[in-house]
Formats: sequence, structure tokens, C-alpha cells
Amino acid sequence: MDPVFLAELAINGALTGLLYSLFAIGLVLIYKASSVPNLAQGGLTMVGAYVVLALARDVGMPLWLAIPLAIAIMFGLGFGIERVALRRLAGRPVVMILMLTLGLDIFLRGTTLAVWGGTSRSMELGISYEPLFLGDILISRIHLVGSVVAVILLAAFLLFFRTRLGVKLRAIADDYMASWSVGISVERGVGLSWGLASVVAVSAGVIWGEIQGVDQALSLLLLKGLTVAVLGGLDSILGAVVAGIILGVVENVGADFLDPLVGGGSRELIVAAVLILTIMIRPHGLFGRHDIERV
Amino acid sequence: MFYRLSGVYHTNYISDSRIYKVPADRNLALTFLILGVAAPFIAPSLYVNSYMLPWLIWTSAALGLNLVTGWAGQLHLGYAAVMAVGAYSAIHAARFGVPWEFALIIGGLSASVIGSLFAFAALRAKGLYLALTTLAMQFIMDWVLTHSPAISGGSHASLQAPTLKLLGQEITSDTGLYYVALAWCLLVTIFMLNLKRTGLGRALVAVREKDYAAAILGVYSFYYKIVAFAMSSFIGGVSGALLVATFFFLAAPEQFSVAVSIQALAMVIVGGLGSIIGSYFGVALILLVPGLVNGVVVAASEQLGMQLNVETLAHIPNAVYGALIVIILIIEPLGLGKLYGNIRDYLMVWPFDQLRK
Repeated sequence: MDPVFLAELAINGALTGLLYSLFAIGLVLIYKASSVPNLAQGGLTMVGAYVVLALARDVGMPLWLAIPLAIAIMFGLGFGIERVALRRLAGRPVVMILMLTLGLDIFLRGTTLAVWGGTSRSMELGISYEPLFLGDILISRIHLVGSVVAVILLAAFLLFFRTRLGVKLRAIADDYMASWSVGISVERGVGLSWGLASVVAVSAGVIWGEIQGVDQALSLLLLKGLTVAVLGGLDSILGAVVAGIILGVVENVGADFLDPLVGGGSRELIVAAVLILTIMIRPHGLFGRHDIERV
Repeated sequence: MFYRLSGVYHTNYISDSRIYKVPADRNLALTFLILGVAAPFIAPSLYVNSYMLPWLIWTSAALGLNLVTGWAGQLHLGYAAVMAVGAYSAIHAARFGVPWEFALIIGGLSASVIGSLFAFAALRAKGLYLALTTLAMQFIMDWVLTHSPAISGGSHASLQAPTLKLLGQEITSDTGLYYVALAWCLLVTIFMLNLKRTGLGRALVAVREKDYAAAILGVYSFYYKIVAFAMSSFIGGVSGALLVATFFFLAAPEQFSVAVSIQALAMVIVGGLGSIIGSYFGVALILLVPGLVNGVVVAASEQLGMQLNVETLAHIPNAVYGALIVIILIIEPLGLGKLYGNIRDYLMVWPFDQLRK
């Protein structure tokens, strides 16, 4: 196979993968703080994108104002979700929490579509669709911008976890009871992680909305986001970014080899296979902690 | 007063091992059984066949999922895939000329074979990781289904089910189809009621509570996990086949998508893990209430003279369905079965418990 073409596939795969990481960071943040698998992240991403659009189109704000405002609104929403729903189920078996987040996902999706309708809208960030040439390699501009956002978020969160508040969150992630006993407000910490995850959802929603249009398909990123989060280790943000790049490359290059064999559409198959293999071989992922229970 | 008891007291082992330890419960169950049998004669056939029939079949499917999730404690997010295996193999067998009785059994058996594959994931992971693995397996099954025309029935991806024919009788009337669903649901319910009293049922519960404690007691958890997955898949496979044979009449991959798996799990959890009566409630709530609420919203908007657009109306049932899951879990994480149990326990000794306080 042509090496230039392979390189193009790999680079674009890595950029797409970074966008998956953008989504997965939200999952990791919540899992890190409260060991809750947040299957509502797809719904949150969708709501984030629709809120930005509602502010920009229906109210008529410029995007530079609409996005920060949407971030503020979504932070409140995330905080509220934790306060109203998740806190009541703290300490319950994972089955119920899993179901609760799935229910939230369905509710968020249904409500968004009931309010704004299901027709696909475009985000119109004003980034040109002209590809960027790097030698002979074509690179999509929006993917590049999204990857930069993902890397900035990664850096921001790595720094954040070194601040006083971040250290508190790490303590909560480590041990609920111990942090409680030294006077850390566990509830507020977990709420904060939901708020931050919703903020991440806005950025993922804006970038993915620009790429594939703002519609119901945004919530279908969940499987890919979950795969990235598990592959990176559910509680490692750096892991999410590295795993995103790996999954993106594997998916893009693998699909190119597999598609002619199976007649197209092998991407989902590859993602599902990566998820299953990760759990079977290395359930704590690349960078996750080792204390995950095995049978 | 309602149960005419002052509590449940046993004076011999026979009374302790009864299915219904309280006579009033048994009478209630009999009343509902009679109502169920009489339904085609007392209710309009539209209601019986478009609400009660899917309710009964989904209840049997939910009971199957409850066996693996509620009893054996293994999370399963790929149940729709198992139902699809049952449905497709039964229909292909029936189209091939196999009598329907055997086709249903073939569907159930092939579902159990594929369903046992899910069990191998359970041997390796549990809790969240098992849920994610079964979810991924569901995606793979979906993919196989939509990408193999030989299974899903050509370019239109739909497969016509041949007319259901049991014991030499062609079943085409609405009443007949309803009775098939009722019979299957009863069979599964009786099986589940009795499972609680057998060694197998107790072994499954032991595996759920603590697998290595079970191992110390001599319960080989790997074996029982596979048995649980195989049994629940058999029930799911036959239910899937009956769902197509008596309700959809046409099998399509969307009937067994990821969303349906989530719906099945929602039915079980909203109903209550390990609760049989809860499964009936859970299925009724998840399957029927969103439609009812939508009807109410439409009626209310017409009364108030508001114009709701079509898309809003199309998505309200989904929002309600999600909200119901969240609300029930917040009110009572153990589901509707537990809520029913609380009310029953309160009424059981009702005016007399006031004396204790």
C-alpha cells in the first residue's frame, strides 16, 4: 500500500481519535471523582450543542458569546443532575446507577428533540472546509482545531488536578469516607465533576456538531467514547487522550483494510472489538489503576 | 383486614415451602389469571392485541433477563441481540418447513448457544465491565444482522414470518394469538416462581451475593453463570420468536437494536431486580405509559388550543420514558416490585400494627 496514503489515514485517524478523547474526558472526569459510569455523556453532548445553537441562532448572539454562556448553563445543568438524581443513589449497586444514567441519556435526548426538533442543523463555526496540505497529505481543518481543543483541555485538566480544588477531587476519587472525615465536601466535589463533564460536553458538542451536523447522531458517540475511556483506563485523563489517538488510528487504518473484505461499515465492528479485547485482556486499561475487580 | 392475617407464621414445613404463603396473594393471582383468560371476551380486541399481547410477551422476555440480572446478578446489555438470534433462527426454521413447535425450540436453543457466549465475558469481568462487554457484543450482533442479507432477508432487511401453526391448528385470529402469548407468559412465570424454591435458584442467588463465598459453600460460580445465561437466553429467544410471530409478523433488525436492549434492562430494573410481579409492572410502565402520556399531551394541547408541532409530539414519549426511569429509581431504587411489596406489607397486618407503636 502507498505509504503516503497510509500516513494520511493514520494522521487523520489520530486527529479523529483526539476528538473521541474530547468526548471521553467527560466520562473519565465523573468516573474519577465518583466511580459512576456516566452513560449520559452522549445526551449531555447533544444538549450542549443544541444550547449553543439555540443561543446563537434563536437568540442571535455571536458565537464567542454563545459558547461561554452555554458553558455556564451546562455547568449548572451538570451540577443539578448530580444534586437531583445521582446523589440519591450514592452507594447503591452499579446496576442502578448505570440504569439511572441511561435513563438520563434517554430523557435528555428526548427533551432536546422535543424542544428543538430532529432535523439536522449546522454549527457554522466559520472554519473553512478546504483541506490543509502537509506535503502530499490532506488534513481536515476542523479536525485539527478540535484536536487542539482536546489537547488544551487535557493540559488544563492536568494543571487543574494540581490546584487545591483539584487535589480535593483526587482525594474524593481515592476514598469517599476518608475525604469526608478530613472535612472535604464530597457532595460538592462530585457535583463539580459533573459540572466539568458538562462543560467538556459543550466543547465536544460544538466540534462534533460542526463535523457531522447537530442532530441525534451526536449521542451515538457514546460507544466510541466508552471504548476510549476504557482503553485509557477509566480514571486517567492522559489515558483518554492516548487511547483516543490509538483508537482513531486503528479504526481508520483497520477500516481501510477491512471494508473491502466485508463490504463497508466495519468501523463499529473494530470499535466494539477493541472494547471487548481491552476488557478481556487488560480491564484497567493503559493507564488506569490496578484495583479493578476481576472474577 | 385486607389479608385477614396478623402476619405470616408457619407451623409446618409444607406451609413454609408454598409458592404463595398468603392465601390472599394466591387469590389475587387467580383473579388476574381469570381476567387474563377472559380478556378477549371483555375487552375490545384492539386493546387486547395492541397492548396486552406485547405486554405479555415482553413480560416473559423481561423475566428471562431478570433471571440473569436479578437472580444471578450479571449485568446484561445485549439481551435484544439474544432475542434476535431466537427470532431469526425460529423464523428461518419455520420458513424452511419445520413445524412451528420445533421452530420455537430451535430458536430458543440457538439463542442459548449464542447467549452462552455472553457468559464467557461474565467469567472474566463483572459489574460495569460486564455491562460494557455485553453492550459491545450487542453492537457486533447488530452489525452482523444488518450486514448479512442471508439472515435479515434480502435488500429490504425484513423477513416475513410464516403463519403461526401450533398443534396442527393455524393461528390467525386475534384471540388465538393472544392466547399463545398468554400461555408462554404463564409458562415462564410458573417456571420463575418455582425457580426460587429450587437448589438452582438458591445457587444463582449465592453467586449474585458473593461469588467467592458461594465457592466456599461448594457452588461452582462459573457453571451457574453459564447456566443462568443459557436459561435466560432460551426464554429470550423464544420470546423474541413469539414477538415476531404474533405481534410484528415481520422481522427487521431495528426491532432488536441497542435501544431495545436498554429498554429491556429498564423494564427489569424499573420493575425491580429479582421480583416477578415487578417485571409485570416494569414492562407495563415502560411499554405503555409513554404512549398514554403522549395521548394526554395531545388531548391537553387540543383542549388549550395550542399547536404543538409534529416533531415535538414524536419525541415526547421518549422524554417521558427516560424521565420515568429516573423518577422511579430516585423514589425507590429497588423498583416497582419493592413499592408494591411495601404497600402489601403495610396492609398485611393493617389495623393491628398500630397497636405496636
